[in-house]
Order: sequence, then structure tokens, then C-alpha cells
Amino acid sequence: MAEAKFIANDKLTAWLDELSATMRVLAPARQGDAVVFVPYVAGQNVELGQEATAPPKSTVFPASEDLLRYDYRKNPENLGQVDVELFPTITPEPTLVFGSRPCGARGFLIFDRVYDGAKYKDPYYLARREATLFATIACLKAENACFCHSVGSAPGDAAGSDLLLTPMDDGYVVEAVSKKGEALLGSSLFTAGKKKAGQAKKLREQALKDMGEPQDFGPAKDKLLALFDDMGFWEDVSAKCISCGACTYLCPTCYCFNITDENAGLTGRRVRSWDNCMSFQFTLEASGHNPRPTKAHRLKNRVGHKFSYYPALHEGIIACCGCGRCIKSCPVSVDIREIVTKAMAHQPPAVEEAAK
Amino acid sequence: MTILTQLKEQIAAQLPKLDMVIGWERGYDALHATPLFIRAAEDVERLQIGPLAVHNTATYLTGLKNKKVGLVVKGCDSRAVIQLQQEGLINRENVVVFGFPCDGVVDLTKLRREVGDLGRVTEVDASPTELRLNLDGQERNVALADVLADKCTRCRFPNALVHDHFAGTPREAHAVDDDYADVLAFESQPLEARFEHWQQEMSRCIRCYACRNACPMCVCRDHCVAQSRDPHWMTQDDAVREKWLFQVIHAMHLAGRCVECGECQRACPVDIPILALKRKLNKEIKEVFNHDAGVDPNAIPPLLSFQVEEENINERGW
Repeated sequence: MAEAKFIANDKLTAWLDELSATMRVLAPARQGDAVVFVPYVAGQNVELGQEATAPPKSTVFPASEDLLRYDYRKNPENLGQVDVELFPTITPEPTLVFGSRPCGARGFLIFDRVYDGAKYKDPYYLARREATLFATIACLKAENACFCHSVGSAPGDAAGSDLLLTPMDDGYVVEAVSKKGEALLGSSLFTAGKKKAGQAKKLREQALKDMGEPQDFGPAKDKLLALFDDMGFWEDVSAKCISCGACTYLCPTCYCFNITDENAGLTGRRVRSWDNCMSFQFTLEASGHNPRPTKAHRLKNRVGHKFSYYPALHEGIIACCGCGRCIKSCPVSVDIREIVTKAMAHQPPAVEEAAK
Repeated sequence: MTILTQLKEQIAAQLPKLDMVIGWERGYDALHATPLFIRAAEDVERLQIGPLAVHNTATYLTGLKNKKVGLVVKGCDSRAVIQLQQEGLINRENVVVFGFPCDGVVDLTKLRREVGDLGRVTEVDASPTELRLNLDGQERNVALADVLADKCTRCRFPNALVHDHFAGTPREAHAVDDDYADVLAFESQPLEARFEHWQQEMSRCIRCYACRNACPMCVCRDHCVAQSRDPHWMTQDDAVREKWLFQVIHAMHLAGRCVECGECQRACPVDIPILALKRKLNKEIKEVFNHDAGVDPNAIPPLLSFQVEEENINERGW
């Protein structure tokens, strides 16, 4: 791998200008009172000091996308016969996501196992994934809601990124993580960063230490499953949940989708859009039956999916990157760490003597 | 005896007759309170009130029908209880209201504007006039007046308007009237500028519907037009048009019903200032029908009633 580079703070904008000349660059920017990823245009403000309110999930997995467009055509010879013509719509655009935190980029490693699995490949996802690079900024200070170190990651985790930038006082140490990332280091705006790389590594290690002891969520896999039928537990932990979808929509690892045909006369689109297990419609069946009729059932799914069902299928890997957005952006501060911890500590009620 | 101690005593006395009492407790950090569901006597001790107890406890009421629910309420929360009662959406006999005088709550968005990112607040100390924060190891003092939610600065009803138990002494209201100066200022802009404002603000909406679910008056719940699949009123597009359409529907459905607790805006994870839409409609309702939502349990919301000739609509004398 290439040697570390360094870019001074006052050169950063020039580098972004260079990069955005050759590809779409998405960078966090302040919009109103939120920080969101927007296409970078020269001279625009970039907000790197604060974790973005919304992660860069939609860059690879858009909130809605047309899977295909279709036209119905009546056969003039036989009006009862209608043909359908399909138009594919995969049009990925080379994109660099600049300034995400490690958790935001790492989220796609959870996606990859599902959409780029041995059995199923999702061409829409793969095309965008292939076309998207991540220049990630290591976190040097965790927030109260952060717990990346408890789910197998770290504030300086480079997994899922192509470049890792470590903030120093006067600029950033930039290290290539992938071949594609290395190719972005040709700019003359860089100076050699080898000498500073050691210090950058120390800063990242210190940031991890500052987070304190990680929680071991490993045992949650079996404990959550054991609690599956204990609706009393789930009603208790979901009581304050208001069943909105902020947690799932802001989650870098939530990947469930819905597919809808949006018709307009004889033409239409097949739209894939984010689904949300907090919503009543999530598993609403055509018959009207809903196997997850209450918020308790749905929150059970959210926690179970991340900490039990997914790890059971994927070598114990937890489907959570610990970014904490579901906690800090929850209107009522539901804390997923607290729910998992409670589940792990839960003792089934002692069997009554009389029941023996 | 402090108000909190008095509240706890009142709750402890009533709890055996109730399925639960909903109040607030400390959340995942010092800055975030979280709703507390008191079911057992030992839970009472966790109760907290004060400027961080922002949530409207009445939001849970319609989801708890057939339960005996105790509710700890600020003035604005109590208006939601009254409004739900007016509309026959709750059985008042199943609700026991614990009121107290509210000094106002903090708008965390405003606080963030004052002190920067709030992700690393470790300590919060609230006095009646000041908020002392330990933010990333540094002490910061903020005047409470600078970070109070806007609704509190114009609050006419700081004391629970309806209550079965009241702790403390009722306090003076901040205001006697609401002049809707914010709405008028916004309306003084050209139409294009206002439209541009909303397009810009709505562009970052993630369609999570936290605004809807946090709203105590949004009672369609699982049958909301925004997500109904049959009929499919709104597309699944991630488009400003759909997001904006929903907000307009939301605001219209709340005309004359919205108690302006501000939960829609507070709940928005991307800070879209959507309370303004509801305030605009309430302003119109006030002018036309002279009606305040959630004040009188016996009143009827004007858009839920019909009079051949409305007093302020001169339909025969044009």
C-alpha cells in the first residue's frame, strides 16, 4: 500500500474541488440545523467537525429508486392483448463520499453480505456499490450515544473505506485502504505524511481507549431468541417507542425495502424504497393479517434482526455499526444498548411451586 | 416540600389503582430525558421533571385505550388531554392527570445553536434561570431564556389546565395572548421565497414520520394516508413533492385541533421547522372562529362542527 500522505487544512477545499471535477463528491454540509450529505460544489461549506445527522446510506442504497420503467402497449390487431415493454434503469454515477465517519462507511459491509451474497446478487446495489468510494474521517472523540467498539468496530476503523483521514491540528493524515483509494492520492496538494502516520495511529488508538470498556453483545444472539415469545418483556422495553421510523431510516445498516408499482395510465415505474420495521405496514399481508401487529412485535424485530437473526446467519457479525443515531435522534431516546443489555440480563420468572 | 417530592407522593398514592403512570426520567445522557412508564412503586423514584422533560406524555394516551393511565403533564401536555377529550378520543374516566406548574422546557436545537454539538454533554445543572453544562470537559453557562422552546416564551398556560392532582403553586403565564408575530413575519415574504424556503427545508426530510407519531392529535396511526397501500394516495418517491404534500395534509388535519406542543418539530431528526405550518392554520382558526384548541373540555373544534352561519364568516352579506 502507498505511503501515508498529508493534506493541510487550507488545501482541503482545493482537493475537494479537484475531486469533484472528475466525479460526484458527496460531503456533509449544514442545512438548517441538520448536517446532511449533499453533492459538493466548489466553495460550498463542508461540515467535518460534527457527525452527520443522516449517514451516507442513500448514496449506495437510495431512499427510493426506479428498478425499471414499463410501458403497456395494446396490440392494434387484438385489443384484448396487452404487451409490456420494460426499460432497465441502472445508471450508477461514479461517486466519492467524503467525510463520513467509519461507522457510516462500515455500514455497507453489513449490506454486502445480503446484496452481494453467494446465493443472491442485487444488480442495482452492486452497480452503485462498485461506483462509490469512501474517504472517511476517523473519529477522535466519541459521543455519548456511540458504541462502535461494542459491535466489532472502532472510531478509527478503516473497514469499508477506501481512504482513511485522521484529523491532526494542521490538517489530515490520509492513508489509502484500497487500491481505488490509492488512486485518489495523486494530487500535488499532498505532502509526505509518513512521519505523521505514527502519530495519527496513536490518536486513533487513544480514541478507542477513551471509549472505555466495550460491552460484549455476543451472548445477545441466543438470549434474544429465548425471549422471542416473552411479549411482556417486549411490551415493557417498547412502551415509550412512538413507532416512527427515525431509527431505521437513519441507520447505516438497515437495508429492508418495499417494492411498489407506481402506475400512470399506460406507463409506470417499479419503485424500490426504504421499508421500516417500525411501521404497521412492514409485514402487513394482502389478507389483512399482520404477524407483527404491535410496536412491541416490531421493535422485537428491529433488535432481534440486528443482534440475533443476522449474526446467526453471518458468522456472529452484529448488524449494527454502533453510530448511535437511533439513540440520539430518537424523539423519545429509546436506547438499543439498554434493550440488548436488559435482554442479556433477563432471567425468566422462576417457575411457581404450584405449577410443578 | 419540592414539587417533585409532592408529585411522587401523589403518584405513589394513586399507583395501586392504575395500570401505569407516564412521566419522565433521565435518558441515555444528562441532556436527554426520556418518557418513564411507572408500573411498580420503586419506579416512582426515577421520576424527573424540569426543563429537559420535553416530551408530551399525552401522545401515548390513544394507544392505551382500556388501560387506567396516570399522566404527568405540563400545561401544553394538558391541552392535548383536553383536546383528546373534546373529540371523544379518550375516556377521561380512565385517565388520572398529575399536573404541576411548568417553567418551560429547553429546545435542544436552540441549545445546539448556542453551544455547538451536544454529543458529549456529561453534566447538566438547571437553575430557574440558567443551564450549566459540562460539554466535553468544559463548563458552559447558558441563560435558560435563550434556549427555551419558542412555545414556552409565549406560553399562556404553564399550569396543567385539567388535573386530578396538582403539585406546587400555579405560576404566572408568560403571555396573555399569542400575536403570531412569527407567522406574520414569514408571510411578509414574497410567495416565491416562502415556497423556496419549504422546498429547501423539506428536501432533507427522510419520511420517517416522527412528526406524525410524536403528535398527540395524530390518531389515524396505522391508517395514515401517508403510508396506506390501498388506496395508494402518495407515491413511495423520495421527492420533495410527496414530503411537502404530507406536511400540508398533516397541518390541515390539525387545524383548530393542534395544541402547539411542538412535538412534531422537536421529534424531527433533521430539524425541519414544521410547527410553523400548524401555527399558520391555528392563526386562521383563531381569526375566523375565535377558538383555542385544548382549552375547554366542553368546546367543539370548529372544523368538527357545523353552523349554517358562522359568526365571523359573512356568507350572506357579501
